[in-house]
Amino acid sequence: MPGGTLRIVVCIKQVPKAQELQVDPKTQTLKRVGVPSEINPPDRNALEFALQAKDAHGAEVVVLSMGPTAFDESLERAVAMGADRAVLLTDRILGGSDTVPTAYALSETIKKIGGYDLILCGEETTDASTGHVGPGIAGHLDIPQITYVSEVQVVDGRVRARRTAEDGSEWWETTMPCLVTVNFGCNKPREPSLSGKIRVKRGGAVVHWSCADVGIDPDKVGLKNSPTIVAKVDTIQLPPRAGKVFHGEPREAVARMLRAMIEDGVIAP
Amino acid sequence: MTGAAHAPEDKAHFRGVWVFLEQRKGGLRDVSIQLIGEGRRIADRLGATLTGVLPGHDVGDLARLAIGHGLDRAIVVDHPFLEIYRSRPFTKVMAELVRRHKPEVVLFGASKNGRDLGGRLHAVLETGLAADCVRFDVDPERNLDMIRPTFGGKSLAHILCKQHRPQMASARRNVFLPPPHDPDRRGEIVYEKVDLSEKDIDVQLLEFTEFVQATHQRPEESKVVVSGGFGLGNAKNFAMLQGLADLLGGVVTASRKAVDSGWMPKEVQVGQTGMTVRPRVYFAIGISGAVQHLAGMQESEKIVAINSDPKAAMFEIADYGIVGDLFQLVPEMIRQLKELKAGRAAPAKPVAAVA
Repeated sequence: MPGGTLRIVVCIKQVPKAQELQVDPKTQTLKRVGVPSEINPPDRNALEFALQAKDAHGAEVVVLSMGPTAFDESLERAVAMGADRAVLLTDRILGGSDTVPTAYALSETIKKIGGYDLILCGEETTDASTGHVGPGIAGHLDIPQITYVSEVQVVDGRVRARRTAEDGSEWWETTMPCLVTVNFGCNKPREPSLSGKIRVKRGGAVVHWSCADVGIDPDKVGLKNSPTIVAKVDTIQLPPRAGKVFHGEPREAVARMLRAMIEDGVIAP
Repeated sequence: MTGAAHAPEDKAHFRGVWVFLEQRKGGLRDVSIQLIGEGRRIADRLGATLTGVLPGHDVGDLARLAIGHGLDRAIVVDHPFLEIYRSRPFTKVMAELVRRHKPEVVLFGASKNGRDLGGRLHAVLETGLAADCVRFDVDPERNLDMIRPTFGGKSLAHILCKQHRPQMASARRNVFLPPPHDPDRRGEIVYEKVDLSEKDIDVQLLEFTEFVQATHQRPEESKVVVSGGFGLGNAKNFAMLQGLADLLGGVVTASRKAVDSGWMPKEVQVGQTGMTVRPRVYFAIGISGAVQHLAGMQESEKIVAINSDPKAAMFEIADYGIVGDLFQLVPEMIRQLKELKAGRAAPAKPVAAVA
């Protein structure tokens, strides 16, 4: 941002709503058509951090996604929440990309957007839940990364982030440009504003780019250039459960349940 | 920094199974030891050697320890810059070693650092990485069948990486049993050098605050887990669950909704975006049972559901349950458990002891 405004790129994905995850019994893939969708929940937290930085320091927030044009719905929502503009990388040849082509294509698109200081991603998506794309983008762009972050501060041209490790919390500092992945639920994403909705209505907030527009190598994206394939999907066979469910007056119900647990050796008498 | 894709004809040059050994505070992560056991099994299936890769500083003892758990060889990269985990230098070391030795399989623990490293490394090496695997197999064409829960834990997906090498995967914690340690086991320790410069230290650790839990017990290691959901209504009511957990020698965790409401810290969240627990008894109190939550606890040995809604999905997978008001039922459970405890001849077995 030499002399200019901070530019923050937020990568988002549109996913089926958490409660609506349904598997197509024929194709064994996730039902995406005709299922209510939303912005991937951790991506909403990433966007909220970007908008907070915009409120505090003045920043340009660019939202980026890759997918079919149905993703416009989420990008428009992001603009209505306060993002300045949105880019959708959309091209049939991207279909079936795993995390390797996805990280490559998004990093090329970020280069095309240019002038970025901070890239924010959600920690993982609720549909594929790999958490690989954020670090993959950082690897392609060869910039610092801090993952699993619950707080972000931009101080004197540097980024400070609180990362939650398994055993404690770590404050890291790095230079910009850098990439940060944001924990689900670490802030309260705002609702779209009236002025934001009006901006969306006026049109032009979301632009569509093809692979050719960005200069993405067609031989590095799509299903056939993805290293991994899903060979098959098994339904999980869970162990049978005893299903001893009691009703009625609390004292009696508790006594019966504890007795059953003692008889089964689950708790000691 | 992008490496050339490995063309199909290269495939045969890649041999051997690697496990990334994650060290933290002078010890090996438990998931790394668990992976040595699974890596051993895969290597034996392939007729290949098992190597542990250990970037760190002054970690020779850990390399010897890892060999005792079943490695044929440990590759140690010793450098002061590798004392704590950082994405860039660790990615550089792993990418360089992979290019040097061409392993066919590289396994990581699906810890925060393991996923951070794997995600960056797979983009740099342009090879496949399957996340959070819970099982591995080898197909007739010598491909690693990488099996992971998908769609919120409803199904298991078999991921193959047929043309690219190495085939990389992260594996969930506490899925594979830690192999026993044999102090007499012999293995080779190889020290290798990778050039690192100050520029590779692109992030600085300013501060570390260890999580303190009242019980000093981690939920993943606890035999009893008492978990509260949205039905608890507020943060204060979780104290009631703590009372129940204390009686049973367990710990308190929470559902995403309870964490999202700010009642409990993110660190104790069970479910797809939190942790996975497999205790002997899991109490789901005021938790309806969204698939994302089930993904984090459905492999518990016994499940107890307490909910006012008889249609709550949690009852479908419960071994025991009571339909009713949790604010009456939990205090009643505490009262009766105390009575049981008092009525027992001393010295008693722990209440949570399982036959």
